[in-house]
Amino acid sequence: MKYRKERLDRGIKARCEDIFALSSYKEISYLLFPRVLPVAILLILPLLQGVIGLYWEKVLMITCMIALLALSWDLMASVGLISLGQALFFGTGAYITGYLNFAFKLPPILTIPLGTIGGALFSTLLLLPVLRLRGVYFAIVTLTMPLLLSRFIETTKILGGTEGMSALSPLPNIWVELYVPVFALLICLFGFRRLINEDYGLVLQGIRDNDRAVMSGAINIYWFKAQAVFIAGIAGAFAGAFMTHYYRFVGMPAFAMDYSILPLTAAVLGGVGTFAGPTIGAFILMPLSESLRAVGTLRVVFYSAILIICVVGLPEGIFHYLRRKYHQFERMVDVG
Amino acid sequence: MDKTILTVENISKNFGGVAAIVRVSFELQEGELLGIIGPNGSGKTTLVNLLTGFVKPDSGTVIYQGRNITGKMPYKIAELGIARTFQMVKPFYQLSAFKNLIIPLYSSRVKKLRGGKYGDRDDVAIDLLEDVGFERDSFVPYKIASSLPHGYLKRLELARCLALRPDLLILDELFSGMSMSEVASTLPIIEKLNAEGLSIIMVEHRLKELFRIAHRVIALNFGAKIADGPPRTMMENEAVKAAYLGSEDED
Ligand SMILES: Nc1ncnc2c1ncn2[C@@H]1O[C@H](COP(=O)(O)OP(=O)(O)OP(=O)(O)O)[C@@H](O)[C@H]1O
Ligand SMILES: [Mg+2]
Repeated sequence: MKYRKERLDRGIKARCEDIFALSSYKEISYLLFPRVLPVAILLILPLLQGVIGLYWEKVLMITCMIALLALSWDLMASVGLISLGQALFFGTGAYITGYLNFAFKLPPILTIPLGTIGGALFSTLLLLPVLRLRGVYFAIVTLTMPLLLSRFIETTKILGGTEGMSALSPLPNIWVELYVPVFALLICLFGFRRLINEDYGLVLQGIRDNDRAVMSGAINIYWFKAQAVFIAGIAGAFAGAFMTHYYRFVGMPAFAMDYSILPLTAAVLGGVGTFAGPTIGAFILMPLSESLRAVGTLRVVFYSAILIICVVGLPEGIFHYLRRKYHQFERMVDVG
Repeated sequence: MDKTILTVENISKNFGGVAAIVRVSFELQEGELLGIIGPNGSGKTTLVNLLTGFVKPDSGTVIYQGRNITGKMPYKIAELGIARTFQMVKPFYQLSAFKNLIIPLYSSRVKKLRGGKYGDRDDVAIDLLEDVGFERDSFVPYKIASSLPHGYLKRLELARCLALRPDLLILDELFSGMSMSEVASTLPIIEKLNAEGLSIIMVEHRLKELFRIAHRVIALNFGAKIADGPPRTMMENEAVKAAYLGSEDED
């Protein structure tokens, strides 16, 4: 006798892709549960300083920052722009924020928003000439941009040169340090998910799938790509702006490769194109990488091994896998 | 039928050593249905790409509604009212047929033409799909495009063009890959659009169907225009016969 595993969609999902006919309390909670639970956990975590310790609270904060960069990466990917240089957003946001505080003594409440918008704008203008490039060509250009800017700062010695700018204003208190990243992440996550499902987002996805067909629909794809890069830049530059005041320092490490590679890894690990995936990816990657500090120099080996296993085992990404499992149930059926 | 909507003057395009289009000139009158024929590789698609900005000409000009549109970006040309289908269909495979149409409806051209109305876009999209023969009250319009048969994708291409409310419609082998019955049901749609005053250029390999509805036909061979006249004159034209026979010999 042979058995075959059969997967069935749960009734509610099978009805239609995006029109839900909610008929019961049970169905509503079925849909809300996977959304509400992570949000609740995120909001509670900063309150648990006594339980998890300040060190892990800091990990939470940095995880939120990498998640923001990963969301930013995913938004660019949804218009077909593959970025290997998220550090561009992070660095420009960080430097503008740092400079405004260092030179003009503006408080963080002003420098962070200005750095966020300024960084996004500056990065968008830099990328404007290469928005025509596709695939690997665009990726390579983005890879070089952060390197280029940090070399530029190094050789011209502007903005503090290799020393950077230090003794910047601190953030007011630990609550700001923890809750601002959490709220920024939630706003960004739900905002991006909303945006991509609007008609505007359909145009972005259309550009990713088939830019010639979008152009023949009388839509200026370069203008839309530029807008998407700017919106993605906001998320990335905010991370840089915030970290500048957290570290009270900005320097060439703001353009470090880590800020390009970690978000990319988080996105691939979690599942590209869903926003939730890259966020989950960041929340696995960053704590994992922290807890591996204990194993010392072997950290990179362990880390890479775990990543490879995950990516090979779940090529679709963790989020797609979880979502499928959540919406389906399996049973064994007799096939002979 | 006396106002010129499109004037093409001495347009040429080389790809490396291949002369894809050689000094082609023609005019299109408003409301005219012009057929373009020619053996495989004779430059028909290249001509469409030249008219719609997807390929920049080496020389020559394209005047549309009195405006020089030579070498303009494709989205600019579409904005001015020239819509084209692709010979190799280019739907958004991951979106439903219905959502495929939301994208052109989102363009500023359509918003302007519809007086800024946008809220009823869903109805407009469904109407458009119905116009090209999608079953309105079925699941078909909501199926993801990659799951639709080729004939539907071809008609989706047409609907995507009509969404723009074009002044000039260019069809690049719309009928290729359609079944006989699909062709039979699509022909009247095109005739109706033309009867309502839409200017149409139709690149087509199905000569019988084309000749039934076209007012005038241009034949291309090796990128050059070899004939220009009413459909009934085409079959007697020595140059056209030679071109088609020549290409059949090669096959
Ligand atoms: N992008 C391109 N790069 C190089 N050569 C091209 C390009 N596009 C077309 N050609 C060449 O130009 C010539 C004309 O091609 P085109 O596609 O315009 O022909 P066609 O008449 O549309 O053919 P078919 O009936 O097969 O669709 C061919 O020799 C083709 O190989
Ligand atoms: Mg062709």
